[in-house]
Amino acid sequence: MLQVKNLKVNYGAISALHGISLEVKQGDIVTLIGANGAGKTTTLKAISGLLKVDGEVLYNGRNIANVAPHKLVGLGMAHVPEGRMVFANLTVAENLQMGAYLQRDKRAIEHDRAFVFSIFPRLAERQKQIAGTLSGGEQQMLAIGRALMSRPKFLMLDEPSLGIAPILVKTIFEKIVEINQKQGITILLVEQNANLALEVSRYGYVLETGHIILQDSSAALRQNPKVKSAYLGG
Amino acid sequence: MSEFLQQVINGLSLGAIYALIALGYTMVYGILRFINFAHSDVFMVGAFMGFYAGKILPHESMLGGIGALVFAMLVCAILGILIERFAYRPLREGSKLTVLITAIGVSLLLESGGQYLFGADPKSFPMMFPSKEFSLGGIAISSNQILVFVATAVLLVALQFIVLKTKIGTAMRAVSFNPQAASLVGINNDVVISFTFGIGSALAAVGGILYSSNYPSIDPYMGILPGLKAFVAAVLGGIGNIPGAAMGGILLGVIETFVNGSRYSTYTDAIAFTVLILILLFKPAGILGKLHVEKV
Ligand SMILES: Nc1ncnc2c1ncn2[C@@H]1O[C@H](COP(=O)(O)OP(=O)(O)OP(=O)(O)O)[C@@H](O)[C@H]1O
Ligand SMILES: [Mg+2]
Repeated sequence: MLQVKNLKVNYGAISALHGISLEVKQGDIVTLIGANGAGKTTTLKAISGLLKVDGEVLYNGRNIANVAPHKLVGLGMAHVPEGRMVFANLTVAENLQMGAYLQRDKRAIEHDRAFVFSIFPRLAERQKQIAGTLSGGEQQMLAIGRALMSRPKFLMLDEPSLGIAPILVKTIFEKIVEINQKQGITILLVEQNANLALEVSRYGYVLETGHIILQDSSAALRQNPKVKSAYLGG
Repeated sequence: MSEFLQQVINGLSLGAIYALIALGYTMVYGILRFINFAHSDVFMVGAFMGFYAGKILPHESMLGGIGALVFAMLVCAILGILIERFAYRPLREGSKLTVLITAIGVSLLLESGGQYLFGADPKSFPMMFPSKEFSLGGIAISSNQILVFVATAVLLVALQFIVLKTKIGTAMRAVSFNPQAASLVGINNDVVISFTFGIGSALAAVGGILYSSNYPSIDPYMGILPGLKAFVAAVLGGIGNIPGAAMGGILLGVIETFVNGSRYSTYTDAIAFTVLILILLFKPAGILGKLHVEKV
């Protein structure tokens, strides 16, 4: 589904990604883990078109490097950005409406909204609330729900656990698996919480200062001594 | 008492015109966070389009008047969209200061371009709408003033409807809050920004025609002072805030009219602006403006 080849990103004179390559197969959950500042967010932004890049990003065989983000949404790509970025000045319902911005079919929108409410019932109760006044966890649900409203085939999540109580983190990860299994949506997951990320994913990449230093099945990565000591706190 | 009411009516009708212009400043600021200094010249072009429409369309008729309005709105909407497309968009990633300076450049270009195309000498604006004076218990109110009230009210309601209830309006608010997040849901920011410029410029065109109907001498530099005041009105109401811009415009119009009718009339602008500075000292974000609080 997605193949990244020799991807490079610079912020002015600073190079943040030094030519990374990775692959996400259809139907998979793949995770990208790494310490603060490793370049995880940069990778996702580069794929979704928010950053100018060098290298190739093949999406269903087509090179989409440097294609504008709003066009990629039309191709079935969705990106839940770091820090959620819900439209804090809009209501929950309006945020979801914007998620379906490119969708013309009213019935399909209704159907998707019902699906989003089925996995995040909290959002259904709070449709009229201004998104900026939601709790952090609720905002994360809204950000994911908004992304689902675009009917993605490929979903990128940037630290869905950020700033959320552990118990809610568990719920959100269960939902992510549910989205992958029920809707057949392919997922690329960026996480600081490597334990959790390697638990739900099938394959993983480890990013360190702009290089991919390790890649393996998630099960193997969890046993890898290097990963254990550096990222799993043991 | 009746003199007081008279001043209120005159002030409201002047303020309504400031409000129409202020909306364009505030909408563009809301979405791009910069002041489009060329907006006051779009207002001037609107007035001239009304003037030229008057060469063909019947005078003193509702049909002719509305025809002139529609024509000027169309031309100005296109002008506004072109200005954004060719002068501002290429600089969008650059510093705000660069865009600001470009806006001043575009403003000067429109003024000298107007001088070249329309001529530098003042022209007398035709009476496009039917004109009548009514008297209500000693208060004079002209059909022109009624027109200003009705047009402003209708346009304000329509604008609020677009911004609050339609999909494109919701997209405008989304882009205004976070353009990156907006692009990630599939919103083409360029389209939304063009739309914003188009609407703001069309409103300035209405302002230009209504202003010229009340002060019927037009020239290529006529936009400067009303434009400046409308800008101040937008800041006063809380820049980026649509109802705020309308309120700011009306407040400014009323203050100005009252000072003008007093024995301090020589100092009208000075006094009006002092009042504004005082208001801003106590409410720095403007009357309806609020500072965004973001959850992280
Ligand atoms: N806009 C920017 N300008 C300059 N440097 C940047 C910019 N954004 C990120 N960087 C730098 O690029 C590197 C990678 O940042 P990135 O945000 O991708 O890290 P990350 O892996 O997502 O970290 P975290 O886990 O803290 O979110 C960091 O060194 C960061 O300082
Ligand atoms: Mg990050």
